[in-house]
Amino acid sequence: MRLYEYEAKKLLQTCGVPVSQGRLLDSPGPLPRDLPEGEWVIKSQVLAGGRMKAGGIRFATGRAEVEAETGRLWRHPIHGMLPRAILLEERQPVAREYYCGVTYDPYLQRPLLVVSASGGIHVEQGDGPVGRVSLPVLEPVGDFLARRALVQVGVASAELSPLTRILVSLIRAFFQYDLLLAEINPLAKLEDGSFIALDAHVEVDEDALPRQQAALRGLSIESDGRALKPPTPFEAEAAAIDASDHRGVAGRVVEFDGTLGLLIGGGGASLAAFDAVRRHGGKPANYCEIGGNPSVAKVASLTRLLLSRPGVERVAVIMNVVNNTRADLVARGVVKGILQAGRNPAGALAVFRIPGAGEEEAVRLLRFYGVEPCTRAVTIDQAAARAVAAWRGAGA
Amino acid sequence: MSRLLATETRILIQGITGREAIGMVRSGLDYGAKIVAGVTPGKGGQEVYGVPVFDTVEQAQAHSPVDASMISVPPMLTRDAAMEAIEAGIALVVITTERIPRRDVAQILEAAQRRGVRVVGPNSLGLIAPGMSKIGSVGGSAADTARAYSPGPVGIMSRSGGMTTEIASLLTQSGIGQSICVSMGGDPIIGSDFADLYRALDADPQTQVVVIYTEPGGSLEVRLAEYLRRARPRTPGIVFIAGRFMDEMKGVRFGHAGTIVQGPGDSAGAKAELLAGAGLTVAENLSDLPRLVGEALARYPAEGVGS
Repeated sequence: MRLYEYEAKKLLQTCGVPVSQGRLLDSPGPLPRDLPEGEWVIKSQVLAGGRMKAGGIRFATGRAEVEAETGRLWRHPIHGMLPRAILLEERQPVAREYYCGVTYDPYLQRPLLVVSASGGIHVEQGDGPVGRVSLPVLEPVGDFLARRALVQVGVASAELSPLTRILVSLIRAFFQYDLLLAEINPLAKLEDGSFIALDAHVEVDEDALPRQQAALRGLSIESDGRALKPPTPFEAEAAAIDASDHRGVAGRVVEFDGTLGLLIGGGGASLAAFDAVRRHGGKPANYCEIGGNPSVAKVASLTRLLLSRPGVERVAVIMNVVNNTRADLVARGVVKGILQAGRNPAGALAVFRIPGAGEEEAVRLLRFYGVEPCTRAVTIDQAAARAVAAWRGAGA
Repeated sequence: MSRLLATETRILIQGITGREAIGMVRSGLDYGAKIVAGVTPGKGGQEVYGVPVFDTVEQAQAHSPVDASMISVPPMLTRDAAMEAIEAGIALVVITTERIPRRDVAQILEAAQRRGVRVVGPNSLGLIAPGMSKIGSVGGSAADTARAYSPGPVGIMSRSGGMTTEIASLLTQSGIGQSICVSMGGDPIIGSDFADLYRALDADPQTQVVVIYTEPGGSLEVRLAEYLRRARPRTPGIVFIAGRFMDEMKGVRFGHAGTIVQGPGDSAGAKAELLAGAGLTVAENLSDLPRLVGEALARYPAEGVGS
């Protein structure tokens, strides 16, 4: 769960990271009366990186200019998202920019501290030396590990102590709040010699929310309404179906622009089936994922939703040999959904391939409706080929 | 324990009185798994299908020696359960729980590494030695398991539980059996990975070919390629990579928690190139697997994969 910049700074500050102090505007309107003149940085609060390039960070001098730029930013989408708030910060005289971050390294399978002496937008270009130190998870992290990373990038001895304090605070926040990413970029050295986090990127582990929710609420950080890419109405409806009861998964849908509806699962087989449909020339209307033995009602609603899309005449149902999900329950849900949509299962089902638990029952039910399901002798890619052939026959 | 899993492997189930665990006990016992004890704190003295339940792992071990523990407890309690098993020195700990906080997983793995304990999972469907034993819900009921899995020479390791069974079934349909099949879990951080398990399968006398199922995201394949080049195992390997369509969709997660293309190196295409370069055969279609496995069986023992 990604935090807004202003939330990230508030969170890091509780662990002792010095951050730039700003004014948060949470709705469009006139500027606060007591806002001083001077030079300001105006920052769009969206859940996206690369804000500078996307025009989400502006500079202005004096109230009039700040007012004009702020008004423009409220209406300026960044990667498709309008700002949730706007952060005004006084422009600081920067002497030098560093980068530092902590995240789980998938290769080492441990947290990794990364430091670079060339921060800001230069980090992406990979300029300059990078310090990397793997962090222990079972005992407290010693300051010496932060120093080791700093020395690797050639930090001057005079700067070592203040930078160590900031890194140690960042690491503390990473563990204390169950973060997946804690990043300060840039970490600025100001002309007066002090250090300050000018921007921060923090991601909280959603799986740890049960034990972090209270602490986050204490910082006014709420966990809902944070989709990185706003869902399409179709995707939102599918998500609502999935949330309608807790049994299994049926509704994690991503919309595509084709006309072959897909009801596929589980986590791995859905990828294999999607690849195979495309390889045979099919144009999927959606990706989706079913598994964990979803209820009949959930599968029925999802099937109906897929068929409600303009141009979608056929739905392909493909799963791996199931371990837990019951094929007959999925078959009942699919048939029910097709009938509710006013279609005929024999025509609307491009293919049905779910071998495993309950398959005999599924076969009986589907045959009753004139559908001949695939047995396990038909592979996932052969089933995909049949689905594409049926979809072509429907005049797709 | 010489082998990952065998008929004589004595299995403990932590969280044995939970709904899912009860199902796993039934299918496991029916399949022939030697489930010797269970643990649920506060439920000591009960039984699940005749398997005695204890309050602590220590009590369970006093009742019977244990070679492997399967953990199926709520996500926030998993770290504690795993630490109890690791501290008890149980050689193999299989974690089926999903949605465990990443910090807890990292702690479990570090503790396990220090004690020399092998962890499979989290979010694993389990592992199976066909015709001998199984841990977890892999394969479903004993009857369904026996239809999909058959004993033979092919080891399977997979980031997807469903695909573990799908690939076994595909091979069984072609008359090719399996030695040990492991659902590793699809999370970003897991215990035993491809490199660890390839080593274990290469050392297993029954295994003559390894089949790998993987997806975009993460860098387990980098470790695998390094292992193959360094150790040059005798057992040939075939890899199938799903999620090719994701290569054009950076940053969007599909399927498992760890399945997301973030950099140029973790796409399906990049992994195919890397692993082919390290000596594995890349299967373009699932349907090609029986033929490719047949060809690889004829090559065993290989001169050394990865050269």
